[in-house]
Amino acid sequence: MNDFSDVEVLLVEDNHADAEMTMRALDRANFLNKVYWVHDGVEALDFVRCTGPYASRDRTQRPKLILLDLTIPRLSGLSVLRELKSGVQTSTIPIVVLTSSDQDDDIAESYRLGVNGFVNKPVEPASFVEQVSRIGMYWLMVNQAPAI
Amino acid sequence: MNNRNGSENVDILLVEDNRHDAELTMRALTKSELRNRLHWVEDGVEALDFVRATGAYTGRDPTQFPKLILLDLKMPRLNGLDVVRELKSDKRTRPIPVVVMTSSNQSRDVAESYRLGVNGYVTKPIHFMDLADAISQIAIYWLRVNQVP
Repeated sequence: MNDFSDVEVLLVEDNHADAEMTMRALDRANFLNKVYWVHDGVEALDFVRCTGPYASRDRTQRPKLILLDLTIPRLSGLSVLRELKSGVQTSTIPIVVLTSSDQDDDIAESYRLGVNGFVNKPVEPASFVEQVSRIGMYWLMVNQAPAI
Repeated sequence: MNNRNGSENVDILLVEDNRHDAELTMRALTKSELRNRLHWVEDGVEALDFVRATGAYTGRDPTQFPKLILLDLKMPRLNGLDVVRELKSDKRTRPIPVVVMTSSNQSRDVAESYRLGVNGYVTKPIHFMDLADAISQIAIYWLRVNQVP
């Protein structure tokens, strides 16, 4: 996985328990080997733009989906969304916000910035796993992401 | 269901000029029990009228948006890309999820759709069983998992 060429889902999540549960759900749907996990907004932008620690990553390999938490350190989820959706090279990458916030302001602002989807993290673990596998089924098996 | 009396409480607005394809989509949704709140329109002008509550849909509650617009690209009067452009450039209608569902898998159409702000893009599978599966996954994700403002 060092060349990151297999990455189909970029998971941006600072909470270890949530990240592990998300990966367990994607594992159950057989998508685990395609997930790459970063912990904050700066690292997410570095990954997508092939900068910083990801400078040698192949720029033509884009994730089919970015799963983005909103409350993350260094650069918030909404700032990441704003950066990616306003960049010519990155605006077409599908981004789904996955967050425990169900505040109307966050939902409205995410859509205003051009998010592709918005999903609330269920509190109950079984529902969480169910929601994440449904996200995987739609975004990885049915939806077509644009080529670069 | 293609009547204007059934235009309230719509979860899916299906925009499709090909009657056969529209019927297949509705049949697939019947199987997944998500058919009830679908409204079918046959071209881009009617789609905009529905969303904006204008023309034949004057009197529809304009604050009620569908949870999903399933949009074909090749249609009479106003094509799918023009519909996306109109909806996504108006801040009132921009949050409505629009998924292109088309037989075209040309990368130019895919790229242009995303550039205009489409939420998702699905190439119609050729065989009915595959199409039914895809439509059922689309409906489950967009109606039961995804949240809109």
